[in-house]
Amino acid sequence: MNFDFSDDQKQLRDQARKFLAEKCPPKAVRIVLDGKESYDRALWKGFAEMGFLGVAIPEEYGGAGAGHLELCVIAEEVGRALAPVPFSSTVYLAAEALMLAGSDAQKQAWLPRISSGETIGTLALFEGTGNPSPKAIKCEAANGVLNGVKKPVADGAIADLVIVAARTASTGRDSDISLFLVDVKAGGVEAKALTNLDPTRGQAELTFTNCKAEPLGAAGDGWSIITQVLDRAAVLTAFEQVGGSDRALEMGRDYALDRIAFGRQIGSFQAVKHMLADMYVSATLARSNAYYGAWALSTNAPELPEAAASARISATQAYQHCAKNNIQVHGGMGFTWEFDCHMYYRRANALALGLGSLSYWEDQLIDRMRKRNAA
Amino acid sequence: MNFDDTPQEAAFRETARAWVAAHAPKELEEELASSSLGRIRLKHADIVEVGKAWQKKKAEAGWACLHWPKDYGGRGASPIERVIWQQEEGVYGKLTQPFQIGEGMCGPTVMAYGSEAHKRRYLPKLASGEEIWCQLFSEPAGGSDVAGLRTRAEKRGDDWVINGQKIWTSGAHYSDYGLLITRTDPNVPKHKGLTMFFLDMKSPGVEVRPIKQANGMQEFNEVYFTDVVIPDAQRLGAVGDGWNVSLTTLMNERMSIGSRLATGFPEMFELCTNLMTDDGLAIDDRAVRSKLASWAVKASGLKYTSYRAISALSKGDRPGPENSIGKLVAGVMLQDIATYAMDLEGGAGVLTGADEEVTQGQFQQMLLSSPSMRIAGGTDEILRNIIAERVLGLPGDIRVDKDVPFNKVPTKGRS
Repeated sequence: MNFDFSDDQKQLRDQARKFLAEKCPPKAVRIVLDGKESYDRALWKGFAEMGFLGVAIPEEYGGAGAGHLELCVIAEEVGRALAPVPFSSTVYLAAEALMLAGSDAQKQAWLPRISSGETIGTLALFEGTGNPSPKAIKCEAANGVLNGVKKPVADGAIADLVIVAARTASTGRDSDISLFLVDVKAGGVEAKALTNLDPTRGQAELTFTNCKAEPLGAAGDGWSIITQVLDRAAVLTAFEQVGGSDRALEMGRDYALDRIAFGRQIGSFQAVKHMLADMYVSATLARSNAYYGAWALSTNAPELPEAAASARISATQAYQHCAKNNIQVHGGMGFTWEFDCHMYYRRANALALGLGSLSYWEDQLIDRMRKRNAA
Repeated sequence: MNFDDTPQEAAFRETARAWVAAHAPKELEEELASSSLGRIRLKHADIVEVGKAWQKKKAEAGWACLHWPKDYGGRGASPIERVIWQQEEGVYGKLTQPFQIGEGMCGPTVMAYGSEAHKRRYLPKLASGEEIWCQLFSEPAGGSDVAGLRTRAEKRGDDWVINGQKIWTSGAHYSDYGLLITRTDPNVPKHKGLTMFFLDMKSPGVEVRPIKQANGMQEFNEVYFTDVVIPDAQRLGAVGDGWNVSLTTLMNERMSIGSRLATGFPEMFELCTNLMTDDGLAIDDRAVRSKLASWAVKASGLKYTSYRAISALSKGDRPGPENSIGKLVAGVMLQDIATYAMDLEGGAGVLTGADEEVTQGQFQQMLLSSPSMRIAGGTDEILRNIIAERVLGLPGDIRVDKDVPFNKVPTKGRS
């Protein structure tokens, strides 16, 4: 059994960690946090130069053609460093949707520009309160034009390419939904930045008014593609969450070693030790579930839907747990703007919602387990 | 990343599988498969008797304690081959329960500290199940704080005379030998005055009494020692070095106990897919689904954590103390799952045994037994200390009795 990343993949992880430690220290994240920039442009350019953006994109479309395991190890480091760049929306959502459903011409048109960092992409799915569901989609497409409002859309205000889930029929079936590509520069889209839990990653409202849109995938296949894209993004996001969990745990551990109270290191009190031990347990379970997700993703295994839901739930729980208890270990200082704890707390809770909430994925997991048991 | 065996591993697995298929007591397969929790009980056979027969058969073919050297009754197999064997032995591995303490804890201690003559005399018979060993560590006054033990060993000529009491000794009533830690010097701090021995459990002055447990069962024993004589030749390690010797044993305890863990999840999932509540099938309920999903990812997380450890073994690395998460997660899960299963049954959840109609009291029994999972082999709190100190590098607890002579350490809280 070799249920681990290869030496080459681990080397890539180390390389990404080193790069991010240098180019993306907390100080750089704070420039976006404080609203001075909408994302870190220099870092984004660096991602392109390092080949991170196209690591899973085939060479014929301008990528490195390495694969999803390589993308997973990079995702872990992106999460660990809280990189304030539109990586997940561009790479896990837009590029994955294009690779799954795009025509050769669409892939030729967009994937090389994603690899090179020219194009920021995203997926416009949500329309206000609620979880992913074909019924929740009101945005309409007919005769090559789109009308409707999407919110929240991750990185929507800076995106050049938006993949939109829209209604093309009203029979009450999943096949009512189709996907469309929108080139933002062509007009018809109005973006409004929204305030959100984690200002290091933007959220926006997009209004489409007679916006020119090109079908992505066959008409009526939209929901099936969305489901697959969400599963793939769930695994990749789980790695970001695992990276963030580990970092939050390390911060708590380091503080517990440095901080003296009652004449001793606070890490010598069992109340603190046990809290950190429990964080370690969650982070370890999440990592193991994420690895299984990575295996399923990289081999396109039939187990992917169940593995993705498990990875998603476990990683969401672990990151929320580690981020909140990291603040608790820090005490009052953890509740200051100056300390970095809140940035992890914000990211953990924002990531917990981005692809649908925890309860949505819990529901998905149980449905998928039942289906397997019945089969 | 893959779940495949290397060619050598695959060949080894093939050999193991063929042997199990040809020799296992298939008439017990179903009964063993369905008893997933707690101590195995067979309807028409004595577990020790059937276990001994299986172990003997394994030993003759080189499948008992296979990671041990051949000279001591093993096969000289690698750690990964041992794991593959356990996978292939499958449900029949449950028959080895009476030997697990000996194989997992006593044997490795004898291997590390016994003389060559001891190893050749005792280990092969331990491996083949002909002789069963128990571990005599815990005492009424020393559980998590094992080093607080009070059983005395006093030197008399070439012998030692033992007086005192041990508790929570699994299998003492059918064991032939015991690994015994004693206090030889009460005038020095507690860790320094301990010495390890092994003894014949039939020695005069050894009395084994079963303990009636909180769940109504009797699985453990108290063992009393009254002027029991042990020859000095049966000492393991130096006089006063018993604590270091015990660390070998305890490290092995956590490794071996963690290997076959029940979480209660498969049973719970099954219950929820079948149980009809007032609002329909339990599994269609939102709240039930949420709880099930949380337990599902814990169970799968444990499974894949062990796969990562196996992968490390396969590469020749030694898995670290991070494996102590297994029992910590599984123990709490068992207890929570049992409690929730009864909640779903409503008022009738109070019934036990055959009077409980849904699962014949399976979860009720789980509820009553589960506290022991969180205590035996390292309490949840000790395991958290281990993770905090050995994995995360946090400071050890402040020990107020560390430098105090043992006989000056307070023995009562409130009087």
